[in-house]
Order: sequence, then structure tokens, then C-alpha cells
Amino acid sequence: MTLYILRRILGFLVTLLIAAAVIFLLLDLLPGDPARFILGINATPEAVAALRLQMGLDDPAIVRFSNWLFGMLRGDFGLSQTQKLPVAGLIADRMAVTLPLTIVAMIISVAIGLPLGILAARHRGKLVDTALMILAQTGVAIPNFWFGMLLTLLFAVTLRWLPPGGFTPWNEDAWASLRGLVLPSLALALPQAAILARVMRTALVDVSTQDFIRTARAKGMTFGEALWRHGVRNALLPVLTILGLQFAFLIAGTIIVENVFYLPGLGRLIFTAISERDLVLVRSATIILVLVVSFTMLVVDLAYGLVDPRIRERRA
Amino acid sequence: MRVTKSFALASAGLLLATSLAFAQSTEIRVGAPLEPPALDPTAGAAEAIDVVVYQNVFEGLTRIDQTGAVQPGLASEWTVSDDGLTYRFTLHDGVTFHDGTAFDAEDVKFTFERILAEDSVNAQKALYEAISAVTVVDPLTVEITLSRPDGLFLFNIGRGDAVIVAPESAANNATDPIGTGPFAFVQWDRGSRVILEQYGPYWGEKPALTKATYVFIGDTATMTNALLAGDVDGTYNFAAEALPVFDGNPQFKVLVGSTEGETILSTNNAKSPFDKLEVRQAMAHAINRQEIIDGATYGYGVPIGSHFAPHHPYYIDLTNTYPYDLDKARELLATAGYPDGFSATLKLPPVNYARVSGQIIASEFAKVGIKLELINMEWAQWLEDVFANKDFDLTIISHVEPFDIGIYANPDYYFGYNSPEVQALNETLNATTDEAKRKELAQEMQTIIAKDAVNGFLFELAQTGVWNAKLEGMWQNAPVEGVVLRDVHWVE
Repeated sequence: MTLYILRRILGFLVTLLIAAAVIFLLLDLLPGDPARFILGINATPEAVAALRLQMGLDDPAIVRFSNWLFGMLRGDFGLSQTQKLPVAGLIADRMAVTLPLTIVAMIISVAIGLPLGILAARHRGKLVDTALMILAQTGVAIPNFWFGMLLTLLFAVTLRWLPPGGFTPWNEDAWASLRGLVLPSLALALPQAAILARVMRTALVDVSTQDFIRTARAKGMTFGEALWRHGVRNALLPVLTILGLQFAFLIAGTIIVENVFYLPGLGRLIFTAISERDLVLVRSATIILVLVVSFTMLVVDLAYGLVDPRIRERRA
Repeated sequence: MRVTKSFALASAGLLLATSLAFAQSTEIRVGAPLEPPALDPTAGAAEAIDVVVYQNVFEGLTRIDQTGAVQPGLASEWTVSDDGLTYRFTLHDGVTFHDGTAFDAEDVKFTFERILAEDSVNAQKALYEAISAVTVVDPLTVEITLSRPDGLFLFNIGRGDAVIVAPESAANNATDPIGTGPFAFVQWDRGSRVILEQYGPYWGEKPALTKATYVFIGDTATMTNALLAGDVDGTYNFAAEALPVFDGNPQFKVLVGSTEGETILSTNNAKSPFDKLEVRQAMAHAINRQEIIDGATYGYGVPIGSHFAPHHPYYIDLTNTYPYDLDKARELLATAGYPDGFSATLKLPPVNYARVSGQIIASEFAKVGIKLELINMEWAQWLEDVFANKDFDLTIISHVEPFDIGIYANPDYYFGYNSPEVQALNETLNATTDEAKRKELAQEMQTIIAKDAVNGFLFELAQTGVWNAKLEGMWQNAPVEGVVLRDVHWVE
């Protein structure tokens, strides 16, 4: 067991190191001079040179790479080149939006997706099933930003129940912050819920034909009871995998919805930083995302064990 | 990252009382399409910086008004020596920076020496290079000596790039701007908004607004919804394609004004075949300006025939120098040795006017046999490839600096135009302070540049603001970059 954990951790570190090297290399190859970007087209060559010096852009690549790597080992993610602030703080501020948004969206999608999936599997082949799956298919097909705009038009522009976007910092007015997250998390959650419902249904349908369900029915349970008591837990593995992927997607991939609701999330931070060639910010933010995603995968792996004792025992 | 200042807390109670009594009457929320990377206008070219801080947080010795005229700023008056080389400024008394420190002549000296220093990162350093000395005569009098006369000196020191900063705070202005303006910086929630509040001890006339919040909304459809939902009270320059939503809506007003943005089909004059005058003339004849203006600016652009703003008193109309004439264009191409036309690339920066103009021009040029390959680029890439390395055939860009015809006198500039005649004229113009003579010189330059068809002259960008109908006092034109709030107020 200890050996297994050590190997996992080693693999995790190697992954991070390779990711760091790839990120650094790719960003370094990107055309565009950050100093020129800041000073614009009328700047004198001397001013651009002075800024390059100040930004440390003229050091050799290997020096900048090792500075970055060793800085991160000490917990120092560097200073944003355009905003002149510690990257760690900038990312933490954005996480205060992205993380709650992701979590609320996940909760909504689970709360909608799983029951509907179970309901559809329970009534497999019946009208309820067909109707629900058509609904789910539509949900998967609807782009979340478009749905977000529709939500804004209805709840913000027409009814004026909720703000059309923006974010009030938590320590200022937590109620307002939460209100600001309602529409974007709904927009994010709907397509995810649709996917979850489909996966849940398929997994449950697969399980329902297995022997233990038949045995349970033979013991006198109704089909619904058998599914609920024995089926759902057995069908959870693929659902967990999808949930892990969805979490990773939501953390890093909410940029379009962030744009629609002008939320100060992580996606917009990275997007702006790329266009401004704030390389320090981009690479540190990216490596943090790699870390979060790898960590999520680890958690999903451990959760398999929780759900399925067979996996737990195999590992031990 | 949030920076909160003590006076914000001190004035919070007062603000609350005010906003309860007259709902929303002294606060404004301005939608801005771009978030500034930092808030120091003396260390960056981004328009987004000036939009927030120019004349709101920071002030210069002079200030530019919305007609583009120079007005007294921190300097109440000035005298100019007969040779045009020495400016003596009398400074306002009782001016303080937002951190409470006093403003005096030493701050002026510090500001200009910082701009001109060896390690200066001022984006417009070249505009101030004529300054040879800044002398403190007494705390309220400062003398600036120039090495050569400069007809634009008083205008240039009124720009955002030359606002007066204090030695105590200048180093932190990027994140915590401290100026002398009517509004003090309170808080910046990155990615979201910047909050300014009226500065109580402001030396001049108090603005009507007590609080201004800039909300950063990049997407046009989102901005439309934010305006309709009342989350923002207005925006200073809105995408023309979305204006019909607000035209005729009694809750909003659309302000259409001028900018300093000459939008041109920039041409690499140093590269074959564009080094041939006939080729450039042929391209000029092949451009249907109105079609481009209708397509790329929804009709709001103003046609230009040279590199000069149509609202400027020195402007002459040269739009008919090479009228739209495809036969003439083909003829000129044949004379130049390209009877079947040629192929070239057109590199386009990520702005809507450029991308759309590019497509229209490509189809127009195809009619005379010039086949354009469109290459879309990011800003950083455009700046490096096109602007710094001059690796391009054609590009489309709006030059937004006021009175920037001088770029045609720089043979090293990215479009590679080398005309000794224009260079000599520009030198004379810079050294001339007599208005009538300056006008004559500027018009001569405009004419030569138009005749040489240096670039394809397309249109002057319009400023199209959308505001709540009950707001007054916004700038309609944009003679300099900025959203100046000093006169903005609510009316019932």
C-alpha cells in the first residue's frame, strides 16, 4: 500500500514536471513581445528596452525556467508582468469566484441529472424514458453561453429578479455574491445535468440486466426497489468518472460563461494574460490548473474505492 | 486584489445617506470593454488606463477639453518666451494628492524627469524629448525649457502620459494610483471593476458625482444586456452593430462623436511591389470607401483622404485625390508592370473594424486582379510581426494618436515611407508656433501624403457612446483617450 502511494506521488510529480516544461516551452515560442504590448506603437526603442530589462525578459530561457521552477518549490509563483502583483494572490482571488461557481453548478447538475437518469432507467422504454432522453439530448446540444444569454434576457432584463452579471466580492455582500452566481451556475449546470442523466440511465440499464437484480426481484422486491437498493450503487462508477471530468472542465473551461456574465473567474484571467503576453501569469496559472486537475483525478480514483469494495481490496 | 483606503470608510456613511435620499443620483456605473492591465497612465499605452484615470484620478499641468482645446489644469496660467523655448507655469495653490501630501513645483520637476530618465518606461517618451530642463523657481512656479520650439507642447503635457505624479507614490501607481484629480481611487476588484470616489479636499470645482464604478464587460451582447438591465448606466464607445437596439429607445441616448483614429490600409512602402507609386495609386483607385464604411462601421465612420482628423481645423478634404475607378486602377497596374495584378498578404489585428474592412478590401482588390490572403492575428503578434519587424505587405489599423501626421516623417516607421520633402516640412512644422503658418504646413503635408498614396486612407473612427437618457455632461468626442467624469451628472 505504501509503495502504491509512493508510486502515485512520484508519477504525480513527474507529470507536473513534464507539464511545466511543455508549458514553458510553448509560451516561450509564442510570437509577441510583452514589453511592446504594454507600451504600444509610439514607444521609443529605449523605453521598450528599459521595460524588457525591468521585466527580466532578456535572461536566457534556461535561467528563467529554473527561476520559475525553484520559485514554485518555495511557494512563489512569481509576479504578474503586466499587473505587477503576486500571481498566487491573483489566482486565489479568481478562485473565490470560479470554485463556488463550479461547486454550485456541480450540485445543481447532480441534483437534476441523477434523479432524472434513475427515473428514465426505472421506466425504460416507456414514454417517460423517451421524453426524458429527448430532453437530455436537447440539453447536451444547447451551448451553455447561449442558454446563459436566454437566462439573462428573462431573469435580468425582463423580470429584473437577478443581476445580468458581475460579481460582488464575498466580504462586501455575500448575499449579492450568491445572487450573482445563480444564473451562471444554472447556465453551466444544465448541459452537465443532461450528460449526467444520460450516463446514469445507461449505466443503470446495463446493471438492471445483471443476475443480482434478478435475484433481488426473486426475493420479492419490485423492479424499482431492486434498482434503488442494489442497482444505483453499482452504476455509480461511470458517473463518478464523468463527474471528475466535469469538475476539471468547469474549473478551467468556464471562460465563455464568465464572459457572458462578466465574472472575474480564472478563465478570463488566463485568457487576458495570454493576449497581453503576461507569460509569468499564464504559466503559473496553467500549472496550477494542471495540479488541480491531476488532484481531482486522484480523488476520483480514491472515490472508486469508496463506492466499490472490490477495488478497495484489490489495492490493499 | 483589493485595495481599500481609509477615506472610503470615512465617507461610506455619508454616501449611504446620500444614496438613500436621492436614489442613484450621484453615482454612476460605466461599462468598459477592456480592463486596464495597470492604472499608471505614464507607464503604458493601453487606452483602458486613461479611460479610468485620465482627468478623474490624475491631472496634468494643462488639460484637454472635449473639443481638443488646451485648458489650464494644475497650472492656472503660463507665459511663453518670445523664442518659444521657455514656458513659465504658475501652479494652483492648495492642491493635495489623494494620500494627503501637498502638490508643488518639485512634483512637476519629478514627473518630467521621470518621463525623460534613461530607464523611463513612458509609452510616449518621444513627445517630451524636446524638454531640456525643468527648473523650480518657487514652490508655485516652474519653468520648462525646450531645446527646440514645439507647437504641440501645451497639448502634449495635457495628455495622460504627462499627468503629475508624486515621488512618494509614483512607484505604486500601477496598482494604487495617487493623483490630484477630483476622484480618488478606492478599490480594484481584478477582472470585475474599479471604484472611484469623490476626493473631498479637491482643489477645483467639485464634480456632481460622488462615486464612479467602471465595470469591465468584454462581450458586446453582454454589454447590451447589462445596459438594458440597468446594471451599467452607459458606455463610452459601443460596437456600432449593436447600436440599433438603443436608437429610438427613450431610456437611452446614443452619442455619436469623433475620435482621433485614422483607420488606414497600411502599406509596406519599402517592399516590392508597394514601392511603386503606380501600384499604390492603383490600390487607392480600387478602394470603395463608402462600401467599407457601411460594412465595417455601420455607416458611422467619416471618410478621409489623408492621415488627418476631419474635425481638426487644419484638415483639408482630399478624399477625391484618387476616386473609386476600377479602369484607372487596372491601367495603373499595367503601367507598373502588373497587368494581371499580383498576390499579397493582409495581416489583420483582432478588432472588428479591421477584420470586416479586410474582407471588403480583399473583394474590392480582387476586381483589379490583386489577390489578398487574409491573416488574422492577435495584438501581441501583430505588434511584433507587423509593427516591430515590418514583416508584412498590408495591414489595417487605426492610428489613434492626436495630430500624428509626424509618423510620415520617420523613415524607420513600420510602413517605410521615406520622403525628404515631408521630413523637411515636418521639421519646420514642429518648430513653428504661429497658427496660420502651422495650418499651411500641415495641409501641405496632408496633400503630399495623399498624392503619394502612402497608405490606403479609409475612415476616421467614430465614437459611439450609449448612455442612460437622464445622464448629462459626457464627452461626445474623444480628442484624447479618456472618459472624463468631471461634468457628468444626473438630471430628472
